[in-house]
Amino acid sequence: MRASARIGLLLLVLLAAGAIFAARLTTVGPGDVIDVVRTRFLPPGSIDDFGIFHLLGTDRLGRDVWSRLLFGARISLAVASLATVVALAVGIAVGATAALVRPATTVLLGLTDFSLAVPRVVLLLLLASLWHPSAQLSVLTLGLTGWMPIARLAYAETMGQLGRPYVDGARVLGGSRFRLFRRHVLPNVAPSLLAAATLGLGSAVSLEAGLSFLGLGVQPPTPSWGSLIASGRDTVVNAPWVGLAPGIALVLVVLSATLVADGLERKT
Amino acid sequence: MPRGFVVGMLRAPLVILGVVTLTFLLLHLAPGDPASYLLGPGATADQISAVRGALGLEQPLIEQYGRWIGRAVRGDFGISIATGRPVLGMLWEAWPATAILVGLSILLSYLIGILVAAVQATSRRRGVDGSLSLLTATLAALPGYWLAFALVMLFTYTLRWLPAFGATGLDADYLSPGARLTDRLAHLALPLITLTLIGIGTAARYARGALRAVAREPYLLLARAKGAGPVRVLFRHHLRNGLIPVVALLGLSLPALFSGAVFVEGVFAWPGVGTVLIQAVQGRDYPVVMAATTVSAVMVVVGSLVAELLLRQVDPRVRA
Repeated sequence: MRASARIGLLLLVLLAAGAIFAARLTTVGPGDVIDVVRTRFLPPGSIDDFGIFHLLGTDRLGRDVWSRLLFGARISLAVASLATVVALAVGIAVGATAALVRPATTVLLGLTDFSLAVPRVVLLLLLASLWHPSAQLSVLTLGLTGWMPIARLAYAETMGQLGRPYVDGARVLGGSRFRLFRRHVLPNVAPSLLAAATLGLGSAVSLEAGLSFLGLGVQPPTPSWGSLIASGRDTVVNAPWVGLAPGIALVLVVLSATLVADGLERKT
Repeated sequence: MPRGFVVGMLRAPLVILGVVTLTFLLLHLAPGDPASYLLGPGATADQISAVRGALGLEQPLIEQYGRWIGRAVRGDFGISIATGRPVLGMLWEAWPATAILVGLSILLSYLIGILVAAVQATSRRRGVDGSLSLLTATLAALPGYWLAFALVMLFTYTLRWLPAFGATGLDADYLSPGARLTDRLAHLALPLITLTLIGIGTAARYARGALRAVAREPYLLLARAKGAGPVRVLFRHHLRNGLIPVVALLGLSLPALFSGAVFVEGVFAWPGVGTVLIQAVQGRDYPVVMAATTVSAVMVVVGSLVAELLLRQVDPRVRA
């Protein structure tokens, strides 16, 4: 693996660890407000009147930005990873079925191409705003609008494998088509699917934040990076750090995902 | 007529019809009712059902669908529930703003992106390719609404150079034609820079891959061997052949570009289809959502057809 991909992977692991151990890495909760007037808009690195250290400062209610960033990472990363799992499952199912079941090929590929032609954000806006916004809905909508590239790749890669001698060998032994796919083809196409899924994870994190930014994702007071950026936008003049920190975290995740995906692709 | 273009022409109405049908079903299956939105929380059941009747929401779904399609093909998208204005008029005012923003940003980001990729592909120094790759990956990773917010912070609040909201200043109607143009351009600047910076990242990454794929082709070696200079080799041979897949990708990336524009339009209150769509979705304005979705689908499909035609222009093999 290339150095850049390794750094990307390390960053992703660190951020995930930060999200998992959020409670141990912070001294105050993400929603804790002790005294609004005396603790609000403290710049990064300051200690408030109660002796609490704020690494990234505080927002307009005196809440700790570092704590909100880490607890927000839980939501943002969890929603995006689950959405990627949904996209991966649907994508592999559609792509593999299209490759293995002849009569279904045209219909499924047509469906995939059609879904690719729909502007994703238009669909996301519709889905997210028409039902009551929640984390579960974000997972479903992001997953169900992100499976198409994986389906295309799964189809192309499976078709590429089907002509190989080992597939004929397995077929002669008498396994069913789906056993053939699961036991023999899937392990061989997994690396490139993983690369596509990593790339999808990056865009899912970004889109989840976009939905929360518009108020159509995870609802406050639960912190998510998108809603943190949105609240930072209102205080951009007197407290720019509130919106900058989650934005930088977001860019780091998407960038790391891109680097890891590049590394995986090069390997295959 | 080229075959790919004919297939595209035949498929275009199908794609648009599919998008429209999907939107219609989602809108009507979702909880939340425009009548109760319109009347507010104090409305009685009688009032709601009266308004539902007036809006035609009490009829069977299939009938509403048929009626909507029948009117839409004649260019009648109905009346906006929220504003009471004809939907067609609202979108007719909105689409040029989106077309200008997205069109210009595609043009700029591909021009600059291809330039960056050409530097990466031809530079002999080791660090250049790597650092530019990291830069373009970072640009591509930037979420539009956040970049928008960072740029507003820099250019509007700190430097006070550029306006952050809308397409014209409040005094636009009283300005001289020259000043009005400057005012327009100043308002266009930030949304355009936002979309273009992100676009450069994507375009450069595509173009770099495409140029590298043909970098070892014998015709480049031949061109160098017969004495062509590096600039001539780059423009006449390398770019000419290497960028063909990029044109095809341009068509495929249109939906994503349009999606990005929706967020950026929303942040800058740019009066385009995206802003109309966001407002309509938030207010359950069924006719406007239907029409805005249709218009965006049409813009995406037409854009893909244009890309198909461009591909014919640059690649003689497609013409054959």
